[in-house]
Amino acid sequence: MNYNMLKKGQILNLEETHMGIDPVIDIRDLRKSFGENHVLNGFSLKLYKGENLVVMGKSGSGKSVMIKCLVGLMLPDSGFISVMGKEIKTLDRKTLDALRSDIGFLFQGSALYDSMTVRENLEFPMRRHKEKLGNVVDTTPLVAEALENVGLAHTMDLMPAELSGGMKRRVALARTLILKPKIILYDEPTSGLDPITAKEIIELMRSIQKKYGTSSLIITHDVDCARVISERMVLLVDGVNYAEGTYAELSKSTDPKVEAFFKK
Amino acid sequence: MAYAVQATKRLKQFFVEIGELSDFSMRFFKEALKPPYEFKELLRQCYNMGNRSLVLVGVTGFIIGLVLTLQSRPTLIEFGAVSWMPNMVGISIVREIGPVITALICAGRIASGIGAELGSMRVTEQIDAMEVSGTNPFKYLVVTRIAATTLMLPLLVIFGDMVALYGSALVENIKGNVSFQLYFNTVFDALEFGDLIPATVKSFFFGFTIGLVGCYKGYYSKKGTAGVGVAANTAVVMASLLLFFVDFIAVFVSDIFYEL
Repeated sequence: MNYNMLKKGQILNLEETHMGIDPVIDIRDLRKSFGENHVLNGFSLKLYKGENLVVMGKSGSGKSVMIKCLVGLMLPDSGFISVMGKEIKTLDRKTLDALRSDIGFLFQGSALYDSMTVRENLEFPMRRHKEKLGNVVDTTPLVAEALENVGLAHTMDLMPAELSGGMKRRVALARTLILKPKIILYDEPTSGLDPITAKEIIELMRSIQKKYGTSSLIITHDVDCARVISERMVLLVDGVNYAEGTYAELSKSTDPKVEAFFKK
Repeated sequence: MAYAVQATKRLKQFFVEIGELSDFSMRFFKEALKPPYEFKELLRQCYNMGNRSLVLVGVTGFIIGLVLTLQSRPTLIEFGAVSWMPNMVGISIVREIGPVITALICAGRIASGIGAELGSMRVTEQIDAMEVSGTNPFKYLVVTRIAATTLMLPLLVIFGDMVALYGSALVENIKGNVSFQLYFNTVFDALEFGDLIPATVKSFFFGFTIGLVGCYKGYYSKKGTAGVGVAANTAVVMASLLLFFVDFIAVFVSDIFYEL
């Protein structure tokens, strides 16, 4: 058995494979409850520079809660979260906003602003981060470049309602890329899409990672997505990291809880 | 016993909601004073809420003016007091009917619109997306909307009052052969600053209430798409009820000033 079954709160020691490099995301013993519902019970995770890490778990297992705690959208009950060496809960609003410009977040339902055109959607994140982009006055080339990256240069003046589900997801990805983030968080990037469009989105994610050298944390329950894109996988079960390894390692597991993820 | 438990639970819920609403309004003042300011969005909201409500407020005001005059005429004729029509209609529209009717119409149109819009943005994670992109969603969405309703409602009330008085003058002109000039001269002779100022001041509070309730219900919308409908619906109900409460306090306070 090559993959690793983990004790509660345990994470793999990956220092050797990453030559002592500090992780870009470091989560330790994360706990979050909603009343009596204990969603995260000591979840831990490390993401290294340039890595594609997939976190898999059943619906309602706390994947989205974890990713929201990561960007400060939710406050954990306890635990340690550090992104690029900065501990999230100690940051003031200004520093957190500055840090967020280095983190791209692709939301599950795309989360495009309905009342704005595609261009305005892409320009919106630039309002508060003009310095990062060299105080550009004309944002059109940046918007055009981001849209070209996702193959939708012609949609600049359309409204989100005029786009298909797949196109919306691509535009959302373009909006994520506009600030040239170092880390991209994907929350169920292929959910609600047909298999062909899902495959296109996965290919797009891979090409973006190659082009910009970003580190990616992908939250999904789509096994095909995990197979294609993951370099390492963490299985989230009962609020803790249950098993960790590559897709090949985990898919051969005979442990019933791990097996359940890979059964078609 | 079960009824008592249910009633206690509802009462507790009511007070919790009042507390949350007060907290929400405190946050509005705190965020509104802190830079950066979202002037562009504020102007857009003023246009949306002001300009786009003009027709509705105008039509309603005109009909209120017409109906009020038509209904009052027979009684005033009976008492030989028809010459008091402009005074009566003018004062009642400016002091009470105009502000309250305009505010209720805006509660229906604007509070439900804000509730549904912010509720749907919450459900589809657009508010989270805004937060992650470094923009304070409370400042961008809530502060601008509450400020816009607060600024626009007094203007809409003045516009509604004007149209209502015109509607009344039209009836008097057709039925009583009173010229428009005479009608408006009589109205303005009857009106005092003591009528105009409290009505205008309470219109600001009406606008604030409508924006506050709409934003509160939408911003904290829960339970998926069904929650959006609930947010829109409860925003109208709560805003309408609070408007009467605010009206009572405003009239009570202005009455004290009158007596001084």
